[in-house]
Amino acid sequence: MRYRLEARARPAQAMVWLSPVLAAALSVIGISVLFAVLGRNPVQALDVLFIQPLETLDGLAELALKATPLLLCAIGIAIGCRAEVWNIGAEGQFTVGAIAGGGVALTFGGHDYWWLQPAMLLAGIGGGMAWAAIPALLKTKFNAHEILTTLMLTYVAIQLLGYVVHGPWKDPEGYSFPQTKQFAPDAMLPMLIDETRLHIGAMFALASVPLAALLLGRSMMGFRIRTVGAAPAAARYAGFSRNTVVWVCLLLSGGLAGLAGIFEVAGPDGQLTPVISPGYGFAAIIVAFLGRLNPFGILFSSLLMALLYLGGEGLQVSMQLPIAVTGTIQGMLLFFLLAADVFINYRVRRVPARAARALTHA
Amino acid sequence: MHELEIAVAILVATLRAATPLVLAGFGELIAERSGVLNLGVEGMMLMGASVGFIGTVATGSPIIGLLLAMLAGAALAMVFGVLTLSLMANQVATGLALTIFGVGFSALVGVKWIGIPLEGIATDIWPSLSSSSPIVQQLMLLDPIVWLAVLVPFLIHRFIYRTRAGLVLRAVGESHDVAHALGYSVLKIRYLAVAFGGAMSGLAGAYLSLAYTPMWSENMVAGRGWIALALVVFSTWKPAWLALGSLLFGFVTIAQFQAEALGLALSPHLLAMLPYLATIVVLVLISRDATRLKLNAPAALGRPFHATA
Amino acid sequence: MLTTRRTLLQASLALPAAGLLPRVAAAADPFKVGFIYVAPIGDAGWTFQHDLGRKALEASLGAAVKTTFVENVPEEGADAERVIRKLATEGHSLIYTTSFGFMEPTLKVAAKFPKVKFAHCTGYKRAANVSTYSARFYEGRYLTGLIAGRMTKSNVIGYVAAFPIPEVVQGINAVLLAARTVNPNVTIKVVFVSSWFDPGKERAAADTLISQGADVIMHHTDSSAVVQGGEEKGVWSFGYDSDMLRYGPKTNLTSVTMHWDDYYIDQTKAAMAGSWKSDDTWGGLKTGMVKLGPLNAAVPESVRAEVTAATAKIEAGTLLPFAGPIKDQAGAVKVAAGKSLSDGEILGMNWFAEGVQGKLG
Repeated sequence: MRYRLEARARPAQAMVWLSPVLAAALSVIGISVLFAVLGRNPVQALDVLFIQPLETLDGLAELALKATPLLLCAIGIAIGCRAEVWNIGAEGQFTVGAIAGGGVALTFGGHDYWWLQPAMLLAGIGGGMAWAAIPALLKTKFNAHEILTTLMLTYVAIQLLGYVVHGPWKDPEGYSFPQTKQFAPDAMLPMLIDETRLHIGAMFALASVPLAALLLGRSMMGFRIRTVGAAPAAARYAGFSRNTVVWVCLLLSGGLAGLAGIFEVAGPDGQLTPVISPGYGFAAIIVAFLGRLNPFGILFSSLLMALLYLGGEGLQVSMQLPIAVTGTIQGMLLFFLLAADVFINYRVRRVPARAARALTHA
Repeated sequence: MHELEIAVAILVATLRAATPLVLAGFGELIAERSGVLNLGVEGMMLMGASVGFIGTVATGSPIIGLLLAMLAGAALAMVFGVLTLSLMANQVATGLALTIFGVGFSALVGVKWIGIPLEGIATDIWPSLSSSSPIVQQLMLLDPIVWLAVLVPFLIHRFIYRTRAGLVLRAVGESHDVAHALGYSVLKIRYLAVAFGGAMSGLAGAYLSLAYTPMWSENMVAGRGWIALALVVFSTWKPAWLALGSLLFGFVTIAQFQAEALGLALSPHLLAMLPYLATIVVLVLISRDATRLKLNAPAALGRPFHATA
Repeated sequence: MLTTRRTLLQASLALPAAGLLPRVAAAADPFKVGFIYVAPIGDAGWTFQHDLGRKALEASLGAAVKTTFVENVPEEGADAERVIRKLATEGHSLIYTTSFGFMEPTLKVAAKFPKVKFAHCTGYKRAANVSTYSARFYEGRYLTGLIAGRMTKSNVIGYVAAFPIPEVVQGINAVLLAARTVNPNVTIKVVFVSSWFDPGKERAAADTLISQGADVIMHHTDSSAVVQGGEEKGVWSFGYDSDMLRYGPKTNLTSVTMHWDDYYIDQTKAAMAGSWKSDDTWGGLKTGMVKLGPLNAAVPESVRAEVTAATAKIEAGTLLPFAGPIKDQAGAVKVAAGKSLSDGEILGMNWFAEGVQGKLG
């Protein structure tokens, strides 16, 4: 062992910004190697992957559109993770939020009620919260681990969506295909930029960043959340109720995921169908950790993740690379990003050979 | 007699459906017992499925195929190990990235082998029993990997609770600092545990592509890695419960199909919820005793270890 | 490695045909045609057949066309719309979207790109620049029902289905009605696996049906797992989408296969010539969009003759699979004797015929 990692006394601020740059550099090398093996032009690939999606206003709008659900879900997940409450079922809360909000849109849409859209958003939040309340209840009353319950409830939620679109909410004029009616125009979210699909939900997602930062950094509840996560014994000593924190974290993240769900169906989709998410709730878990569980970090990581999706599509369309290649590249990029973070808390020290031997035998 | 035959059919089908969950689940159990949470099971299973299939077709030997699958799973697990153990990257995020990578990379290496029919792993390992009852014959038709999966829970239980190595593994998962102070190499033990988990995931994937449905197809694991992960949590890290959980999940899935085929008048969507709901209900029943739970959960799970001295 | 192979394959398909085309066409920019697939192409199944059609198009028109495909596009509205629009912005003049879930996204993009032509598979909404196309898969299913009715000893047919949508229901009813014309005692047991592609679940469902007495099994899902299961258990099977004989050489009786080649070639030629018009194509046995794969040697001569005769009648329009009298599961008359279902009624079919065991919705 010629080199070893040595813990820094405090996290290196410079590396907080430099490590993504290092990861990007490693990615460029990794992608170049992969493309050389595949016999393709790596420069073109990097251009398609990282530059082209950002070249037009429309591309930027699409990036923000794609990042919106990731950001909302990831913020909620991150708040939970700070308290060691592992909500890996944002996908299910997203789905139930979409069902609940979509139900309001289908029932009351088309009459130009002024309260329609606020009611839809509240229903979306409520649906997500209700779905997250089940694991919270099972955790606090019966001790059932939320990793299992939230994941299992995700599969249940997807079947629930299947049930409503195949059954009671099926479009009567839709030849029995599994889908609801199109939402009435007054149930569709207002657009932020004309001629793009960027809707008002992006503003909510953006607003959630400073709000979450305030909650975590400046409020008593945030202090409790962080203490319960980082020092459970101290939290008990201080009289912080772990149960309260579990409820707050799950309801918050469920509500945010539910909001993302109704945004998705009342924004770009405009109806309920059997598939309403390409896995936002799961991708948001990576986004949360890539953003180092910090709301502002998550803003960046959600945009980066969205870029990876758009770039991946670009690779397929422009370079005719199969989906297998884009998945491989996305995984590789995430590896580099995660690995580079090590330098925030550790530095590399060169260890003389003899000392290294002594260390390994210590 | 007819009821008995259906019962045996359900038993056989349950064992087959539970096998990939048992294999991957017990691999993950060992990793988690050492204190490492690897969420990349789905990706490692897919690598095992594709490499195992390629190895078998290329060499004509399912044994070599299975070994290669285990190697592939372990190799992917080593990537995870380097990132999370040596470079101390976040385990949850790295595991998820591993799944994304595994889904893509298994498809990339497996593309030339899509659509090749393969004779499943031989089930005629037993002496001819044509004279025996159809029920015995049904059981004898199970392939060797299923029988291995029946053995694995006993072996792992023995390993964890009855061997010195198992004791060390638990110590490392409980408190890496104490284990380190006692002179155990925490990193080495965790690397071994993670590699074992990867190899078992690879084996579970190869079971799918070589025995359960002998073919290779992109994404054919279809979420079983996630179920295996959830079942480890379900088991509260105890081998017996993990085995029971896998059987329960397999059984409810099969029972749901049986009920449908018998003409039970329920929406297929509501029926499809059953395996997940059943797992939650049983978890609630077995989790109520909080103190007993704490005894088994590895306290250092998910925490990085860095030797300071 | 994959890409190199695919590029080579495309090149080798394109070269021989290129010489046959007029020079003007070869010199001009190729006509770009896009394809949106819902799954990876794989080795058999729905998307694989569409990709065969794309390759046939390239082989037929050579350098005059350039095709692009995007696989595994989620049926989620937002993603699908973006991918379709990306193809439209990048100069594709004709775009085929090959799954029902792409209907609304296709229409939305089409409204913004009036000059680009679109064709959506299995949908029912059209626009000035959006055609729809699909095939009467149930005609092929009807023929397999005839064979199944003759081959079954237990009189139980097992059917592994993905979701209770009309296209699936049509197939199940067609098999039952055909089987009962030759064997009135036939019933069908249906198991829904709630997934288009999960080989493990499809196989477990097939095993379940076999354990409950089915001696003929068929599927409306995307993998070949059911056919493999039949081969292992020694039970007759029928494949779907692609010819699956290689997965069950002894027991796979035949497959209902889909062929989009002619449609893609004709529509693309029309679009290049400027004569493309929005319309609805619903092909079947007659147009060759649906075919029966090769019959297994196990199918007796007399049954082959029946199949040939029924094929001719369906092609001639004298045999309508959904002609009355048909009762539903509750025993109520759904189609009176002497009547038959209209295309619209077939398209929206949401009831099982008497003799089908299973629950819809």
